[in-house]
Amino acid sequence: MLAYVGRRALLAVFTVWAISVLSFAIIQLPPGDYVTSYIAQMASTGSVVSEEEAQQLRIQYGLGQPYYVQYLKWMNLVVRGEFGMSMEWRRPVTEVIGDRLWLTMVVSLAALVLTWVLALPIGIYSAVRQYSPGDYAATFVGFIGLAVPNFLLALVLLYFGFVFLNAHVGGLFSPEMQDAEWSGARVWDLMKHLPMPALILGLAGTAQQIRIMRANLLDELRKPYVVTARSKGLTELRLILKYPVRVALNPFASTIGYTLPYIVSGSIIVSLVLGLPTVGPLLLKALIAQDMFLAGTIVLLLGLMTVIGTLISDILLVWIDPRIRLEET
Amino acid sequence: MAVLAPPTTPAHEPAPLALPEQRIFVASQWQLMWWRFRKHRLAMVSSVIVIGFYLVVLGADFLAYADPDRSEAQRSLMPPQRVYFFDGWRFAPYVHGFKGARDPNTFKRVYVADPTQKVPVRFFAEGFEYRFLGLIPTTRHLIGVDRGRDASTTIFLLGTDLQGRDLWSRLMYGTRISLTIGLLGVTMSLVLGVVLGGLSGFYGGITDTIIQRTIEILRSIPTIPLWMGLAAALPREWTILQVYFAITIIISLLGWTELARVVRGRFLAMREEDFVVSARLVGCSQLRTIFVHMVPSFMSHIIAATTLALPAMIISETALSFLGLGLRPPAISWGVLLQQAQNVQTVAISPWLMLPAVPVIIAVMAFNFLGDGLRDAADPYGR
Repeated sequence: MLAYVGRRALLAVFTVWAISVLSFAIIQLPPGDYVTSYIAQMASTGSVVSEEEAQQLRIQYGLGQPYYVQYLKWMNLVVRGEFGMSMEWRRPVTEVIGDRLWLTMVVSLAALVLTWVLALPIGIYSAVRQYSPGDYAATFVGFIGLAVPNFLLALVLLYFGFVFLNAHVGGLFSPEMQDAEWSGARVWDLMKHLPMPALILGLAGTAQQIRIMRANLLDELRKPYVVTARSKGLTELRLILKYPVRVALNPFASTIGYTLPYIVSGSIIVSLVLGLPTVGPLLLKALIAQDMFLAGTIVLLLGLMTVIGTLISDILLVWIDPRIRLEET
Repeated sequence: MAVLAPPTTPAHEPAPLALPEQRIFVASQWQLMWWRFRKHRLAMVSSVIVIGFYLVVLGADFLAYADPDRSEAQRSLMPPQRVYFFDGWRFAPYVHGFKGARDPNTFKRVYVADPTQKVPVRFFAEGFEYRFLGLIPTTRHLIGVDRGRDASTTIFLLGTDLQGRDLWSRLMYGTRISLTIGLLGVTMSLVLGVVLGGLSGFYGGITDTIIQRTIEILRSIPTIPLWMGLAAALPREWTILQVYFAITIIISLLGWTELARVVRGRFLAMREEDFVVSARLVGCSQLRTIFVHMVPSFMSHIIAATTLALPAMIISETALSFLGLGLRPPAISWGVLLQQAQNVQTVAISPWLMLPAVPVIIAVMAFNFLGDGLRDAADPYGR
């Protein structure tokens, strides 16, 4: 078990490294360096950057030196929690991002939890009552979930909300809670607003998980041990939950690692449509304004949190499933 | 298979080959696949839809009736128009002319149909000039109205956008770009996936480990922010064509991991098969073993996996363009068209701007079902 967790952790370290290189590449991609763009940006708003200040910035970021030196200098700053200045906002990047990163993770985790909570019972029902109206309904919803890109789904729901309820259904907070301090009331407000984005984000994943669960369970239900258990007089509910579901759960659980990155990715676009205060809209703005430190930092932190989330889910999986725990590797 | 057998067999003739079992024995692999594919009804319907989509790709300019770039302030944000098919009892499709006016209260531009004005819809009408299939210069379009009519007496089946451009015609052109970009992207993914997955599965060992870890790492990164970063870095002054290819490359980087996984799996399964071992024993070169003996036997699996990868490509392009990071106007794609439907206010006033979502959803579903059917058919010996 330790070997398994160790291997996952090592892979996670590599992943973080790959993400850092890619984020660095994103910072470097646009023509011109940071200081030149910074000066141009300042000049366009009427302020002047002194030669000394420019020189100091150049040294701080190692501009003009080979890429790997610049990368190491940037990493050095990042490890100390200094992510540079956002050009557009003229404030430290950390300050600009603020709560948004956490809210992104909250929304993504809510979607993940919802995926599980919905997919498990529906999948089991679909398999046990194969070809029943409920199964067909689940299949139909599943196909919709797979075929409709989540940002379009968000758009359509917003439209219906606007036409039928005459209300703006997006956002994560009520208007009066928008800028309030964190408090019990604000958390409650957030909870009330979470289901909608979580559902939109989780639908595609849910659809997929229902299919997987249904297929796995159908395979298991035909096996002799189920017949044996039934002939021994176990109640149907207990029988199904106790044996085949546990076996069918495994492939189901192992997909969780890939679900989180997928949901986080999706949250970026959906947030834009729904106007959620996550990092999504900020990232888009930063990219369009070529505010590269902000953009690079967002990509880096988002990747980091996803990797941590995936690692945690991997460890949970080991804890749940003895076959992995005892596997010789 | 029983359906395939003739209903009666004359007794005096020797047992004909058409008996179901025997037909199966002599059928080629591709024939077996076709038989199995035919049973998957949704996949059959989907293949017709997919073919239809690609016919639109070929004949977009023929199906469009207005120049997709011609804007006219006089007909900004017109709602879809009702087409009347019968004039009395005669089949003579026509539409009504309209009058544009400002609502005195909201200052919104409203359009009122004018029932006294009948604008006949002509088949094979003359319109703007183009080259059919890129070769034959012509001015004929599937439908259209008589020439020399002004902006108030023309057709706009699906309404117009903010700049007064005809949505139907733009949708036709958008289909062309969105579907070819998906096809090109998936082809590139396929090359990457087959080469890397093939290397991984064929050599095994350290090569396999490195490639597999790379795939795992790529799959555990939230990719959309990364691709957004790449797409945003494309120089603003690039031409439509350059952006088109750059976006194709970016979205192809998305899809290759799954294809590589499939290819590797097949390679691993096949490496120890008798015919591969014997090919190696008689001295075939490695390239020959791979391309002459192994690839044909899992070709069908690759085709199925490719079809299943296409929807993701289409959605990626649409999403990137929707955000304004993918194709940019004046290029037209489904995502570019949907960009106009980005905020609720616009959509609430002119819901028809959401219509380009319909082909996206239909295409994604059709490719999914088609891929499902192909995947089942790819292994005709199973079950």
